[in-house]
Amino acid sequence: MKTKTTGPRLTKPKDPRPKLWQLRLYVAGQTARSLTAFSNLKQICETHLKDRYRIEVIDLAKKPQLSKGDQILALPTLVRKLPVPVRKIIGDLSDTERVLVGLDLRAPPREKPMVKAEHNGVLF
Amino acid sequence: MKKKGTKHTAPVTQLPKCATGIQGLDEITGGGLPRGRPTLVCGGAGCGKTLFAAEFLMRGAAEFNEPGVFMLFEETEAELKANVASLGFDLAGLVRRKKIVLEHVHIERSEIHETGEYDLEGLFVRLNHAIDSIGAKRVVLDTLEALFAGLPNEAILRAELRRLFRWLKDKGVTAVITAERGREQLTRHGLEEYVSDCVILLDHRVNNLIATRHLRVVKFRGTLHGTNEFPFLIGEKGISVLPITSLGLKHKISNGRVSTGIPQLDTMLSGRGFFRGSSILLTGTAGTGKTSVAASFAQAAAQRGERVLFFSFEESPYQIVRNMQSIGLRLEPLVKRGLLRFHSARPTLYGLEMHLATMFTEIAEFRPAIVIVDPITSLLVAGADFETKGMVTRLIDYLKGGQITSLFTSLTHGGHALQQSEISMSSLMDAWLLLQDFEGNGERNRVLYVLKARGMAHSNQVREFLISHRGIDLVDAYVGPNGVLIGSSRVAQVAREKAEALTNRQETARRKRELARKRATVEKQIAGLRSECETEEWELRRVNEHMDERTRGLTTRRLELGGLRQSPRNANSRPQPTNKK
Repeated sequence: MKTKTTGPRLTKPKDPRPKLWQLRLYVAGQTARSLTAFSNLKQICETHLKDRYRIEVIDLAKKPQLSKGDQILALPTLVRKLPVPVRKIIGDLSDTERVLVGLDLRAPPREKPMVKAEHNGVLF
Repeated sequence: MKKKGTKHTAPVTQLPKCATGIQGLDEITGGGLPRGRPTLVCGGAGCGKTLFAAEFLMRGAAEFNEPGVFMLFEETEAELKANVASLGFDLAGLVRRKKIVLEHVHIERSEIHETGEYDLEGLFVRLNHAIDSIGAKRVVLDTLEALFAGLPNEAILRAELRRLFRWLKDKGVTAVITAERGREQLTRHGLEEYVSDCVILLDHRVNNLIATRHLRVVKFRGTLHGTNEFPFLIGEKGISVLPITSLGLKHKISNGRVSTGIPQLDTMLSGRGFFRGSSILLTGTAGTGKTSVAASFAQAAAQRGERVLFFSFEESPYQIVRNMQSIGLRLEPLVKRGLLRFHSARPTLYGLEMHLATMFTEIAEFRPAIVIVDPITSLLVAGADFETKGMVTRLIDYLKGGQITSLFTSLTHGGHALQQSEISMSSLMDAWLLLQDFEGNGERNRVLYVLKARGMAHSNQVREFLISHRGIDLVDAYVGPNGVLIGSSRVAQVAREKAEALTNRQETARRKRELARKRATVEKQIAGLRSECETEEWELRRVNEHMDERTRGLTTRRLELGGLRQSPRNANSRPQPTNKK
């Protein structure tokens, strides 16, 4: 499944996998959207990163001061702290394909050239 | 609610205002921005939006005890601190004292992956946290439009912005939102759609190579406001808006007088010089001695111990000091004693408002009793005609408010009617002296007259104006049957008159002598005649005596004869015989 959409012009999937994925999910209160986001994330991690991930949920409604560190604007936001580079994914994570691309678990679809992703890494 | 100063006659139920503390803006808006509501500040690049917002916040924190939150979308905290520090604000200090919270929001579109539904609750949370952490009353969002660049889904963004403004209102904070000027609408992303209470437009225009910033209150719901475009500037002490048209005529006045430094000129102004706090215009063509008169005025005032501020737009301070030495004015010691200060700048150095602001700053700092602007006409090049007038009006009002006597020199161009270019300015002035050049007999001569002097008797006569190494001297011009004579022709005329007077004196003396001589002659003649007469009288007397003697002798002889003829009877009764003889 991971290599299903990989085309010839895409780079090789990142093989040297880090030992642990550190993910941080920012939400504000127990809203329907935040619950959806959490369950979506849980499911994706179970599927692709089994036993290699750790999810930290931060409720900004309780700890608003934590919003500054990761420059949180939209909610919910998923931040991939490890492996570097840091990635940010906003929304309720219902679009699994995009989440996988965002987490760098899958190469982006055709309309997004790879250069962009490389560029991101360099920038951050 | 804090309000600054007295405002227009506003209804009691006026919208609560939030004073900005920005010079002039509170005057235009009648007290400040709408309290508890968002205000949109839009304008093109480099027109001072961020600074406007920053000053609103910092003055609020420093002067009105209203803490504020500055949410930056474009600059980082450090950048903003550095930027405003160069304008004289201690933002870092305010942040340390927990008066201001800086919140930098960094959005990088390329870092963000959208995966489904979201909202901007994070922004709300951050803003709310920042507001609550210091009890902020003011909020600045600079520039929200960065969100449009950072977030891909505009529909969500617009919905969230609407919610944000609603939320800001509910929160009761006075907010300033900056936005980039759009091509066809006020802002590039149509933010004015959400902020409907107050919109301020900033503009940076270049006119005749000189850039000027303008501010206009486009909209201010529920209140009176100045609708004009007001020039504003960013000076060392922040923004100052110059509300030219909202001027007052409520100066205190003084009956005190200030000497002009030229005794004869004082005499022309009912003996005591100008009124204190009045504005004086001194016009003349090139080289008529305007600066010299101004310098005399300055010197006299400084020697009395008053502070004098001399704005020179043509000469450097050293040049003025040197040049005035040649006419016997010693300005340097006065400068050293701190009584006289020069401020020289080229008129084209910066725009009119900047000049005005610099002058205000200098005046506020030096607190002079007398201000001299030499010449005000140089500033014409720095702005359009009406702008200069507005500026002069503003300056005069400011000076009069502070009871500062002001002297403006003005250069009129040869060939024009002398009063022409000053028409716009003269009505603002209380006294107007005119210096004029007269050419004739192969020389130029200066004359001075008082064109007007409000509220005092003044001479209507032309005085010849002499500049010598001893200073300025005013001489009565010769007014005679041949017209007004000045310069060498006056001197010649005076000499001629002297000669004539001498001739007259000599003639009189000659006549006197003649008369005396005549009198002597006549008297001599009289004496001669008298002596002649006396001689004749004497002779007559002698003849008479002789006759008497003869008569006596005859009588005696007849008696003797009678005696001899022996007829004593008939001797007396017969006189006939004598007749017969």
